[in-house]
Amino acid sequence: MNPALQVDVRHRLGGFALQAQFGSDGGLTALFGPSGSGKTSLVNIIGGLIRPEHGRVVVDGQVLLDTQAGIDLPSHRRRIGYVFQEARLFPHLTVRQNLLFGRWFAPRLAPATTELDAVLELLGIGHLLARRPAGLSGGEKQRVAIGRALLAKPRLLLMDEPLASLDEARKAEILPHIERLRDELHIPIIYVSHAVAEVARLATTLAVMEQGRVVVAGPGAEVMTRLDIAGLSGLREAGSVLEGEVLAHDPHYGLTTLRSRAGLLQVPGPPRSQGARLRVRILARDVMLSLGRPQGLSALNILAGTVAEIGEGDGRGAVTLRIDCGGAPLLSRVTAKSVAELGLVPGLGIHAIVKSVSVEAP
Amino acid sequence: MSGWLSPDEWVAVRLSLLVASTAMLVSLPFGIAIAWLLARGRFWGKSLLDAAVHLPLILPPVVTGYLLLLSFGRKGPIGAWLEAWFGVVLSFRWTGAVLASAIMGFPLLVRAIRLSIEAVDRKLEDAAGTLGAGPFQVFLVVTLPLCLPGILAGMILCFAKAMGEFGATITFVSNIPGETQTLPSAIYTFTQVPGGEAGAMRLTLISIALSVTALFASEALARRVSRRVAG
Repeated sequence: MNPALQVDVRHRLGGFALQAQFGSDGGLTALFGPSGSGKTSLVNIIGGLIRPEHGRVVVDGQVLLDTQAGIDLPSHRRRIGYVFQEARLFPHLTVRQNLLFGRWFAPRLAPATTELDAVLELLGIGHLLARRPAGLSGGEKQRVAIGRALLAKPRLLLMDEPLASLDEARKAEILPHIERLRDELHIPIIYVSHAVAEVARLATTLAVMEQGRVVVAGPGAEVMTRLDIAGLSGLREAGSVLEGEVLAHDPHYGLTTLRSRAGLLQVPGPPRSQGARLRVRILARDVMLSLGRPQGLSALNILAGTVAEIGEGDGRGAVTLRIDCGGAPLLSRVTAKSVAELGLVPGLGIHAIVKSVSVEAP
Repeated sequence: MSGWLSPDEWVAVRLSLLVASTAMLVSLPFGIAIAWLLARGRFWGKSLLDAAVHLPLILPPVVTGYLLLLSFGRKGPIGAWLEAWFGVVLSFRWTGAVLASAIMGFPLLVRAIRLSIEAVDRKLEDAAGTLGAGPFQVFLVVTLPLCLPGILAGMILCFAKAMGEFGATITFVSNIPGETQTLPSAIYTFTQVPGGEAGAMRLTLISIALSVTALFASEALARRVSRRVAG
């Protein structure tokens, strides 16, 4: 099978060199990096809004750009949906006309009524059809923009910080819809963000960018726990992401028991149905280490593992370690002194005490 | 009201309206095209084109009219060609008055449309492109509707300029009652004959009424359109 997406681009923008190479087999690929790292330029190149000096973009086996072969499809022939940071709805059209905008130009691809209904349901925007963009809230606008891109039947969906201009409540309103997009539609998505929480929650594949380069790319959970990445400016809040299945919920204490690769975890939160899958994020600074199994501690979650890697110190006395817990990586930040006193070396058996777990995705 | 104006005066009013609206409508497509080129185009000679469009605004109207006569008159290069190939004669015809007033109103038309095209958010055009709209389609369904208020403003300005155009018209097509005698020419004629004050005053009042009506109509229209465009 063709890879869903292959990108290889070299481009100079003023004094800034963009050099990026990554691929994806579908799902949601997060492009993560600090502002000014070239993420938006990269998606503009993929979408055909910027023409790079050298580059090749292949989506689903179709070559959209190959500067060497002289191929450069204009953006309106690429069939790449683009959700911009600001929704960019057409102010002179109603929500319905905005949603069906793509249909005017590709009657063959025109969505059937059932598809429109499915998108309206997926995004929860059915009640807005007759309204005009000016009367919508930021979150509503962004959902309409997502629907508009989907209804143009894209091969690939680009989302450039679609939540950046929204407040926390609006973000929380949209995130579940993006998760459903990822899980229910078979359209590869490239999602640009500089927010760790969004990336941790959404990414199937993660490409980290810094100063115009993709410094690392790979499966989301794996990349997020790599120590060399943890030090990057954007990911200062290093942590690891674990996925687990709900075994039981204790309503008395409000705790859910979760089975993950690293072992059983108890997480606080509202009742959850058995068998549901949850993603949790554990910050490195919330993980303590102990040589023996500790007794009489208030912490609920103690995971057994081995030291896999000891990172370099940050120069202020703290060291980040990667602990292998049954194959799942867990990051822990302790002092350099502790590493020395406990005699921590790679391969040593250890217990990780998790002080707090935050649930990233229901 | 027909008792109030003499038949000749009525003819002048009707002719003025005909000339001004034809001038406005005929120059509109060219005005939009040139405005788009000036707003969005990047080509050699853009500032020359800009200057050429604005020339009628700064030249004395009589000079413009004389240049028209030289080139579009029956012996002028363009005029002779038009007559030989299409049998079209502009000099001393009402169509010539249309040409003269259209050229005089053109800079105002282009200027208003150009400003409104420049004000259209390019990002919306990019978004339309990603949804499958080709460049011309983007122009038709996004750019054009969004600059409709500017286009209306330009049309009204062009119409008003054409209604009032005198110098270029009288130089190019003279002042022939029933053919090229528009309101300003008729007023001018009245002022040249003894006892013409009453006629001049009547036509002046009509001029004022027409201009004010056009202005209010355009304001109302523009308000409605921009409400729609802004959502």
